[in-house]
Amino acid sequence: MKIHCPFCGARDHSEFTYSGDASVVRPDHGEQDQEVWHAYVYQRSNPKGVHQEYWHHTAGCRKFLVVERDTLTHKVASVKLVNRGAL
Amino acid sequence: MSHYSIFSLLKHALSGHKNWREAWRSPAPKSSYDVIIVGGGGHGLATAYYLASEHNVKNIAVLEKGWIGGGNMGRNTTIVRSNYMLPDNTHFYEKGMQLWEELSQSLNYNVMFSQRGVINLAHTPGQLDAYARRGNAMRIAGVDAELLDRAEIARRCPGLDMSETARFPIVGGLCQPRGGTARHDAVAWGYARAADQLGVDIIEKCQVTGFRRENGAVVGVETTRGAITAKKVGVAVAGHTSQVMQMAGLERLPIESHLLQAFVSEPVKPLIDTVVTFGAGHLYISQSNKGGLVFGGDMDGYNSFAQRGNLPVVEDVASCAMTMFPSLGKLRLLRHWGGIMDMSMDGTPIISKTPVENLFLNGGWCYGGFKATPASGWCFAHTIATGQPHDLNAGFSLDRFERGYTIDEKGVGPVPRLH
Repeated sequence: MKIHCPFCGARDHSEFTYSGDASVVRPDHGEQDQEVWHAYVYQRSNPKGVHQEYWHHTAGCRKFLVVERDTLTHKVASVKLVNRGAL
Repeated sequence: MSHYSIFSLLKHALSGHKNWREAWRSPAPKSSYDVIIVGGGGHGLATAYYLASEHNVKNIAVLEKGWIGGGNMGRNTTIVRSNYMLPDNTHFYEKGMQLWEELSQSLNYNVMFSQRGVINLAHTPGQLDAYARRGNAMRIAGVDAELLDRAEIARRCPGLDMSETARFPIVGGLCQPRGGTARHDAVAWGYARAADQLGVDIIEKCQVTGFRRENGAVVGVETTRGAITAKKVGVAVAGHTSQVMQMAGLERLPIESHLLQAFVSEPVKPLIDTVVTFGAGHLYISQSNKGGLVFGGDMDGYNSFAQRGNLPVVEDVASCAMTMFPSLGKLRLLRHWGGIMDMSMDGTPIISKTPVENLFLNGGWCYGGFKATPASGWCFAHTIATGQPHDLNAGFSLDRFERGYTIDEKGVGPVPRLH
């Protein structure tokens, strides 16, 4: 399974550390509702098909990537850098 | 009802073995049952058997989208053990061990349960201390455990690299003598036959496509073979737990489906007569009665429903295996496959009621479901029949994550690929 890192080019997936579902949004630091935290930490949709996921290029440039990959076919549709928003 | 015995064997020999009855019927689904079990793997079949045999439930159907035992029940590396450390796990798996020890007799079907011992190798004094702690936790719970020194391990596992220059020298290990292996297909077929003889309908090529609900409660299922009503429905589908439960309105679960590969070598004469696990990486190996070495290691480490894995794991597993038993390098790999592991967020299974009335869930088995087959079926049957978990599975509730009562053997947190 190859992942095309924007900085390093096409690399084998074993150069990266899988970091799970990229569609869950971390709550604000001051979030009081335990249910919101529970959903973020534990609850997953676990799709059989298209999945947005983090891969961290630990053996390369060490950037975090958001990869759109099909969990049934393993086909990678797109790779983007994680958007860190405005500085 | 055909009872297997030396007498039935002799009797059938007289007619050239042409008159054996099918081990289970293939009935068409009825329009209604007391309990429907979704999933005809080991756990679903065991649940149906214990519902009938322990709880006297009369009208039960097991619905399987493919053929029974064709999922992870047909893909595991056959290891049976009860050497867990956390109390909820220790007691649950030990109940399973006790069921295993009677299983061939109870089911009247030879499941080839072989208590050849399970040895966990330690490669540092610290690791051996950790194994001693686990062994003591087991013994406090009444489970057998012994600490082995180098000499004893060398005696039990000739072929193991015991040299001082080994990359990960072996300092000792933990053994559970009553652990071992069983023939996984036989367990599925044994439960299927025994359940069928108690009146359970086993319905293959029948996929659940939806749930029927009234006032929120489940009252039946839609399937590829028609609609079926039921008073209670239990789901035991392993890797596809999320997909099935989403049809009942449970959009998210503390589960990720991951990929695990397994391997069998060409058959050789007896080389390993116990189960050995590597302590410096994740690898477990034993030898089947056909002579092939059956082994496996880590998951690939990403969500997958592909049932086939990638080469880095193949290389890693082969390396670990050869590190332990260097002579394996001369063998050819004969079979290689993958499965879908329903990895829970704490690495511990779920046998539980759900927020949906009349709907029960058995899942989150990670890569350790095979050894749990009898205990899982026994506890799930209790939970469904009485509407409440047994003490043995009370800790395995679906809501433990939001209540803060996770059971994390490895202590790695909510990262499924690390469990």
